[in-house]
Amino acid sequence: MLKLKTANADALYSRISDSAKLYLPVKRAGQVNYDLWESGCEVTLGEMTVKSPKDLFFPQSEDLMAFRVSGKSIEIENPELPTEPFVLFGVRACDARSFDVLDRVFLSDPVDSYYEARRNCGTVVSLGCLEPLRETCFCSVFGIDLAEPEGDVQAWVLGDEMYLSAKTEKGEKLLAAVKDLCEETDGAPLAAAKDEARAKMAKNPLADLDLTGFDGEHMMEKFNAPEWKDLYQACLGCGTCTFVCPTCQCYDIRDFDTGHGIQRYRCWDSCMYSDFTMMAAGTNRKTQMERFRQRFMHKLVYFPANNEGMYSCVGCGRCVSKCPMHLHIAKVIRTLGGKKQ
Amino acid sequence: MQAVAEKVIARAKELLASGEVQRVLGWEKGEFDYERTPALFEQGNIDKLVYDKFCAANLSKKLVEVSKLEGKTLALIKPCDSLSLNQLLCEHRVKRENIYVLGVGCKGMEGKDGLCMKCEFCKGKNFAISDEVIDDESCREVPQSDRFAAVRELEEKTPEERYAFWRSELSKCIRCNACRNVCPACTCIKCVFDNPDSGVAAKANVDTFEENQFHIIRAFHVAGRCTDCGECSRVCPQGIPLHLLNRKFIKDMDTLYGDYQAGEDAEARHPLINFTKADAEPSVVLNRGE
Amino acid sequence: MNNNALIPTIGVVTSIRRDTPDVKTFTVVRADTGTGVCFKHMPGQCAMLSIPGVGEAMFSITSSPTCTDHMEFSIKKCGCLTSWLHQMDVGQQVTVRGPYGNGFPVTTELKGKDLVFIAGGIGLAPLRSVIEYMLANRADYGHIDIVYGSRSKEDLVDIDIIRDVWMKAPDVDVHLTIDRPQDDWDGHVGFVPAYVTELGFDPNKTVLVCGPPIMIKFTLQSLGELGFEKTQVYTTMELRMKCGVGKCGRCNIGTKYVCKDGPVFRFDQLDELPDEY
Repeated sequence: MLKLKTANADALYSRISDSAKLYLPVKRAGQVNYDLWESGCEVTLGEMTVKSPKDLFFPQSEDLMAFRVSGKSIEIENPELPTEPFVLFGVRACDARSFDVLDRVFLSDPVDSYYEARRNCGTVVSLGCLEPLRETCFCSVFGIDLAEPEGDVQAWVLGDEMYLSAKTEKGEKLLAAVKDLCEETDGAPLAAAKDEARAKMAKNPLADLDLTGFDGEHMMEKFNAPEWKDLYQACLGCGTCTFVCPTCQCYDIRDFDTGHGIQRYRCWDSCMYSDFTMMAAGTNRKTQMERFRQRFMHKLVYFPANNEGMYSCVGCGRCVSKCPMHLHIAKVIRTLGGKKQ
Repeated sequence: MQAVAEKVIARAKELLASGEVQRVLGWEKGEFDYERTPALFEQGNIDKLVYDKFCAANLSKKLVEVSKLEGKTLALIKPCDSLSLNQLLCEHRVKRENIYVLGVGCKGMEGKDGLCMKCEFCKGKNFAISDEVIDDESCREVPQSDRFAAVRELEEKTPEERYAFWRSELSKCIRCNACRNVCPACTCIKCVFDNPDSGVAAKANVDTFEENQFHIIRAFHVAGRCTDCGECSRVCPQGIPLHLLNRKFIKDMDTLYGDYQAGEDAEARHPLINFTKADAEPSVVLNRGE
Repeated sequence: MNNNALIPTIGVVTSIRRDTPDVKTFTVVRADTGTGVCFKHMPGQCAMLSIPGVGEAMFSITSSPTCTDHMEFSIKKCGCLTSWLHQMDVGQQVTVRGPYGNGFPVTTELKGKDLVFIAGGIGLAPLRSVIEYMLANRADYGHIDIVYGSRSKEDLVDIDIIRDVWMKAPDVDVHLTIDRPQDDWDGHVGFVPAYVTELGFDPNKTVLVCGPPIMIKFTLQSLGELGFEKTQVYTTMELRMKCGVGKCGRCNIGTKYVCKDGPVFRFDQLDELPDEY
């Protein structure tokens, strides 16, 4: 394990940037989001980003291919898949788990070439939480250890020191390049800090959410629960929850006439939108209640039923803090889940 | 506030129990202290109705849908919400005969991070429309503030600086459409941005042009009808000061056509769809733009 | 062939047949060789067809896998893309990707069975692939009944094939019906579900049904009254699809993605899913 003074973090970022693009939480115009590191930018590791880092693997908008159309003939221009390496730094345990969820979708047969290419280019440096980032955090409910995030490199910030530990070959390669900026350590002070973090997490307000009954066996019971009728009432049908969510991966495919040809691109879509399932013959989810229910049923019942119990919620709490009407997944679990004593 | 709140709850229960209204549109508590969610209440759940300093959400737009239900709905309407409601009534979006407007006194609403922006620039404590009002002296104090100060600051910037400001703000947009969906002035049955034939996607930007245009077009569409309720900025997950676009329009209209508050008068035609001899000449309008 | 699932191949339309006032059947071959299918498929599987700049949508492949020199798509004009397809001319190139979905279990569960096909309107399109596959492998299947109805005789899709091929095929009975009487129609008149009851099939047969939702609903009732179990009845579903590979999320019903796990389901399987289709 390596460590360096947080005061020297810029030297670390600069070194990483020499060989790869570095993305990390940066404050711009008052908000923290994953952004490209540049000298002098306001790196803000201590706050939850508004958008999750899924953007780096599954961009909000992404070109799939282009067509040249002339008269009756069509020519396809295949896309150039990304090959440039990049480093994603400061990924919290919840978001690190979200990559597993996304992998299940995009890397299952047939593999999504675009996602796969980005995934291969990326090295993830995760950042263990030594206390819950916010009161809305509830990753522990999904069995995520906030202090031991998954990733190619694990990092922790304790006091004025940053600790770095490689977990994969990719991670070792990254740390080899920054080794001279750091000193070796056994990381002894971390153990107590991690325990403390877990203890604090256990006391976070949403840590007592109980997922009992959210599984394939209870699918129809949950689907038909009368509570949905009240839960959805104030839903605006906006896409805030979906677009800040690290695991939401539904997308739309659209064509854009550039004037020189047709660009086929995909963009994030939301099951909360009324046109999500609309086709010429109509839609199979006519009411906002059905659309609202779909989002939560998918995360808490359908996905785990298809993926050995892995939920497609990681408890990052972004939707909890951002839903304009406070109709978030925590409320749904509280209402329809078990009642933990 | 406590006293007003208690009276409001009691009165809502009374009107519901007497059968004068069939349901109540108000707020209920959420997971956290500061969370209040708009909700409909009937006999069975009326005990969950709350009114306190966290009830920031403007309920008027919900009445577009709720006033179509059978029977009468009691709506809890704060002074600024009453402007939105009146504007909706003016546009025949809400069935007046199906709602009972209970004006509720307000001392300014808070969110998780303290006083709401819209309340810092309170537009007054009068009710543009109500069937009954419950408030007291403490709910009539209006904070002193200049809501156009930030607009003036932007006007004083050079075009390049202004462009840089809006680029940095609008580039944060995630196209979630929360601003549009919450806006009481956005009640089109089919929004132009949801029309696949419009050529602009509602979900993502092909380029930065669209990113900019979405908000600017929306500001144009609500100009003259926007009451400056501030919901757009309140709900924006990226903290974009969208209300500044609307306020720029309001300020310009005030300058060119005289002070006007949308929603104040349900019979009024707003300056952009009205003509008076006192209107500014086109040349004046042109000069203003330079 | 590339391994990027979203990138299509180019096909070219070599003939267009008008079946009914709003249904046309398009013959498509590979554009690079000018002949042959864009890819192999099984009966009931689908393809994503697109005109770049207009849209991309899922259509069932109407031709049988046994037809190897071209693919056919019978398409009803009802939306943006289909309207465009209906106004195009022979020689137009289209993009094609697939095959998608599970298809009907012609090599397993349906093998050796007596079969009843029940279709309404354009609902015949996905079933034609199965019927023609079975006629080409006649020995593998038992007796075949085909019940097909439409609004009027002008709305019967594939009527020439039905008359000239299916009606003359061995051990096949075709039962046509139209909703309302017409002057030059001497066949059966009445809705499909009632006709099914009237025909009174042996409940040991296996049924494949496709048509408008309301027809399916009442046909299921008729079949139930005749003693059929839900495990003996198959259908194929239509939902909004974008990716075709079970990832974009919009055809998700319960634990299933219709584009990947369907579009063919047995009714007992549908019973286990939320009623959202």
